[in-house]
Amino acid sequence: MLYIYDRPLDVPTILGDWYAQEATSNYGAYIPFVGTVRSEDNIDGLSFDIYEPILEKWFNDWQDKAKAKGAVIKMAHSRGDVMLHESSYIAAVFSPKRRVALEFIDEFVEDFKASAPIWKYDLRDGKRIYAKDRSTAIKGSGILS
Amino acid sequence: MVRVEFLGPIQKKPLELDINNLNELAKILQDDGEMQEWLKNSAVAVNDTLVSSRDFALNDGDRVALLPPVCGG
Repeated sequence: MLYIYDRPLDVPTILGDWYAQEATSNYGAYIPFVGTVRSEDNIDGLSFDIYEPILEKWFNDWQDKAKAKGAVIKMAHSRGDVMLHESSYIAAVFSPKRRVALEFIDEFVEDFKASAPIWKYDLRDGKRIYAKDRSTAIKGSGILS
Repeated sequence: MVRVEFLGPIQKKPLELDINNLNELAKILQDDGEMQEWLKNSAVAVNDTLVSSRDFALNDGDRVALLPPVCGG
């Protein structure tokens, strides 16, 4: 369950919807991670490009891993501009017992940062500047150099 | 023809190339001054699947994408 929005995330609605979707699924744990745009380096906000075909494959691989442990992952991400103190990213794991979800959310968010085909830009003084220094080359990069 | 797309911050229009493998694409892009910096840190996908070697055959209609460093969240 991967959700892409062309706007900032409506955190209470998304968390509530996900809760409702699984309310009777007999999961004992629901562990969400909510990412919020922070004020730093004089930015006005962030902006995102997403390449959905590969993001979907990456996400489906993780969903299969979760399923093997009886868990389910949900993720929402914004495309375009997200201003200060708004949310651009929510991930959550539901599992029968808490330990699986706690470990999964950690591994999932770390791999998301390193592998998901999403590009971040700082919004500053009306410009959209690629956040190169904070970006990570995907594993296996450089084969054409 | 093989279509080559440059994703995210790489400001380059798609190319339509008559090539048979990724080695040929590497040679073409290495001669492109503005691509030098991106080639070192970009991943490569063929038909939306990441590939790990440039010894990779391409067929007519294949789509290649270059993915520069990422930062979601």
